[in-house]
Amino acid sequence: MHVDALIAPLLNGSAQGALLLLAALGLSLTFGQMGVINMAHGEFLMLGAFAAYLVQQVITASDLSIPVALPVAFVVAGLFGLLLEVTIIQWMYRRPLDTLLVTVGVSLILQQAALQIFPSQGVPVEKPGWLDGQLTVLGYDWPLRQLFTILLATVCVAALSAWLKHTSFGRRIRATVHNRDLAETSGISTRTVDRLTFFTGSGLAGVAGVAASLIGGTNSQMGAQYIIPAFLVVAAGGIGQLKGTIIAAWAVGVALSYFAYWTTGSLAQVLAFILVIVFLQLRPQGLFTVRTRSLA
Amino acid sequence: MTKKPWISLGGIGVFAVLLLAVAPLVLSDHWLNNLGKYCCWAIAAVGIGLAWGRGGMLVMGQGVFFALGAYSMAMHLTLESAGDRVPGFMVLYDPLAPLPAFWEPFRGAGFTLLAIVLLPVVVAGILGYALFKRRVKGAYFAILTQALAVALATLISSTIRETGGDTGLSDFKYFFGFVLNDPANKIMVFLIAAGLLVVCLLVVWQLYRSRFGELLVATRDAEERVRFLGYDPANVKLVAFVVSALMASIGGAMFVPIVGIITPAEIGAAASILMIAGVAFGGRASLFGPALGAMAVGWGQSSLGSTWPDGWTYILGLLFIVVILFLPNGLSSLPARFAAARRRPEQKAAPSAATPELEEVRS
Amino acid sequence: MTDASLVVTDLRVEFSGFVAVGGVSFDAHPGEVRFLIGPNGAGKTTCIDAITGLTKGTGSARLGEKELLGRQVHKIVRLGVGRTFQTASVFDELTVLQNLDIAAGRHRPAISLLRARRGVDPAIERALEETGLAGELTTPAGILSHGQKQWLEIAMLLVQDAKVLLLDEPVAGMSQDERTATGELLQRIAAKRIVLVVEHDMDFMRRYATRVTVLHQGRVLSQGTVAEVQADPRVQEVYLGTADAMTEG
Ligand SMILES: Nc1ncnc2c1ncn2[C@@H]1O[C@H](COP(=O)(O)OP(=O)(O)OP(=O)(O)O)[C@@H](O)[C@H]1O
Ligand SMILES: [Mg+2]
Repeated sequence: MHVDALIAPLLNGSAQGALLLLAALGLSLTFGQMGVINMAHGEFLMLGAFAAYLVQQVITASDLSIPVALPVAFVVAGLFGLLLEVTIIQWMYRRPLDTLLVTVGVSLILQQAALQIFPSQGVPVEKPGWLDGQLTVLGYDWPLRQLFTILLATVCVAALSAWLKHTSFGRRIRATVHNRDLAETSGISTRTVDRLTFFTGSGLAGVAGVAASLIGGTNSQMGAQYIIPAFLVVAAGGIGQLKGTIIAAWAVGVALSYFAYWTTGSLAQVLAFILVIVFLQLRPQGLFTVRTRSLA
Repeated sequence: MTKKPWISLGGIGVFAVLLLAVAPLVLSDHWLNNLGKYCCWAIAAVGIGLAWGRGGMLVMGQGVFFALGAYSMAMHLTLESAGDRVPGFMVLYDPLAPLPAFWEPFRGAGFTLLAIVLLPVVVAGILGYALFKRRVKGAYFAILTQALAVALATLISSTIRETGGDTGLSDFKYFFGFVLNDPANKIMVFLIAAGLLVVCLLVVWQLYRSRFGELLVATRDAEERVRFLGYDPANVKLVAFVVSALMASIGGAMFVPIVGIITPAEIGAAASILMIAGVAFGGRASLFGPALGAMAVGWGQSSLGSTWPDGWTYILGLLFIVVILFLPNGLSSLPARFAAARRRPEQKAAPSAATPELEEVRS
Repeated sequence: MTDASLVVTDLRVEFSGFVAVGGVSFDAHPGEVRFLIGPNGAGKTTCIDAITGLTKGTGSARLGEKELLGRQVHKIVRLGVGRTFQTASVFDELTVLQNLDIAAGRHRPAISLLRARRGVDPAIERALEETGLAGELTTPAGILSHGQKQWLEIAMLLVQDAKVLLLDEPVAGMSQDERTATGELLQRIAAKRIVLVVEHDMDFMRRYATRVTVLHQGRVLSQGTVAEVQADPRVQEVYLGTADAMTEG
């Protein structure tokens, strides 16, 4: 067996895991911190990818357009998230399962709209020239695009955790998560906190979308394929656990990659699912909603 | 409180007469066939109503169990049509391809029927046991079931030689010895599906009025509290989940001879969500709501969905948003809502803690 | 009904380092109304949580020969240990009868679950009489008054045939008359059962307690009859703010 038979899935899987992590980061914020399951999160990711495409229509130099597209995608997806929060989700904080279904409806509508606005076969997002090369790792030519995904994920994680830890807004978010009533009586506007959290979480999906557009196709269906794995990553990582999310994303990415290498891509999905179920059997703690004393 | 179940039973009777006696007389073959298809979705929906409406388990992957029934049936019908030969699609790429081992037992009619019943029971039993005992619930449960549907659909799509892949299984000529093309046999197949729907309604009718129904609602609303009465809520939920899986499988099995084709698209995430849509629309916790809602959505899907697919998707999306947001108990809660609205000005009754769905529960 | 006693020995509960209950021992016997008191956060509820399996505790809690700690919640219930909650928790959307019927269910064979209920179980009738809820048979539990919900919870324990009743603040929020009714009810049912009451209401405690255990910061501060406990200077110190309440009429 060649070295790259072992190395390739590891590196590819790490990149896949990084992409998953990008998709899951926002979810872990909105679900982990707010308890809202946003099934349209995948479509926010799609919005980010289309935003990258649109940016490229204006800035044709792809070397430049992608760096510009990242913040644009963040803001576009974030604004859509904000809109969703203000119009629908804010009325449903006490009905988490129903929120899940309402956002399924939103995701159907967004997918269909994208299908009608953009060509149904999808749009091409040009890769910048500086991502064309390869890095040779132990005899395996690793595409720089994958390395870029990993770097992007690292930057996002670092920025997010710094934001949560060191800014006053981050502290307010954590205070609200910890004890909403207390936060409210201490003068924190929990409404503003909710909105900002949702904006940020959705914006991160947009960033993930740019990364996804550089690796796979950009089309109306692309979001749907991320939402379930991203959610499983959040679940396996444990609620509101950034560290857990990172490890879980990497593990799932690498596992999928090896499974796919040994079997087929689709069997890999089935195996990954079984893996998660087995994992839940072993470590259900990661799954428990925050332990409270109430019986609700 | 004691009278209401009998009214519901009467309703099932009327429904049965309409489906089994009136529909075959007044509907064209084409529409009768369509109605049969809606009945199959309705059977699965009745089970979803039990698991989700009464049990609080949002089953977003009923397509899995629908698939177990459907593919069991489809394999049998394919083999029956192929006779001694290996089914055509398998030898498309390799004329000498053998029949995969797991197909072999489905030659037998008895085995097939047994599989339609036992496969969902075993799969749902294992999955439910694993998840409920570990207290996996709420959104986690919902997403995991959906993940299973996605995984199964992907698996079927990619195993074109064994399962027909995306093109699915079709071209069935016989149904347990009956020629499927014969109009009389088509009516028979419809009657079986409609009859099974009525049976499923009777089953949940009895479950809802039984002590189990009350216990299930109690478990839905306060799972931990039930534990302190000496029950293991996991078992209560498991029973409801397994029954709902069985119903989905039965719906899937009848879907095959009626529609004549089964593909991964009919069982994947989107199809599973469509089943939920009907239940939400009709009223998740009511007796008739899930079935009627599923028939309505089924009608929309097969008529609007093909003539105006873009518009239909928007309608479906809006349906989720509007119904869940404003009418969480679906259309079946409308009468009670109107009645409550009319009563309110006259008498200021004690504040009713009950939502409409509970009127049903208390019956 | 039973002669077995509830014996708790060196019960400890920790929440990620914080010792909520640090080695509590007490016992309770049939025929007495046993009180567990203490200031807020003393660990009273946590003791009950540990005994009923809701929270993990170490040490021992035995009912007769049987160790309770380490068993699953519903298995502990099946040994005859029942409890109520500080915030009344009944099935709001079910009627009083349905609530009681579910509570009575653990003595029925599983298959009987599939049948509809016919009539009212004699045990349920008795419990309704006992708790004065007979008139509320078909009322949804959610619209009962606060006191009635507490009684319903006690009635559920009665039909459940619990040998041990652990009641967490059963008279909180009740009127004086309701308190008296509850106290008398507790005395009646304690004749054949173990009744352990967690309460803040000193007046109520004085009137109905046979023996009292005082908890403070997760430890037993004092134990004995009402008079003994009241005379204990440490108890008076802890209850400084409420010391008057302890000694006054
Ligand atoms: N799940 C938990 N996690 C962390 N700390 C807890 C938990 N449950 C209880 N505690 C702490 O344990 C201590 C004892 O709490 P407990 O509720 O048993 O007190 P209590 O005597 O019942 O008080 P009260 O009279 O207010 O009901 C408190 O300081 C409480 O904050
Ligand atoms: Mg307490």
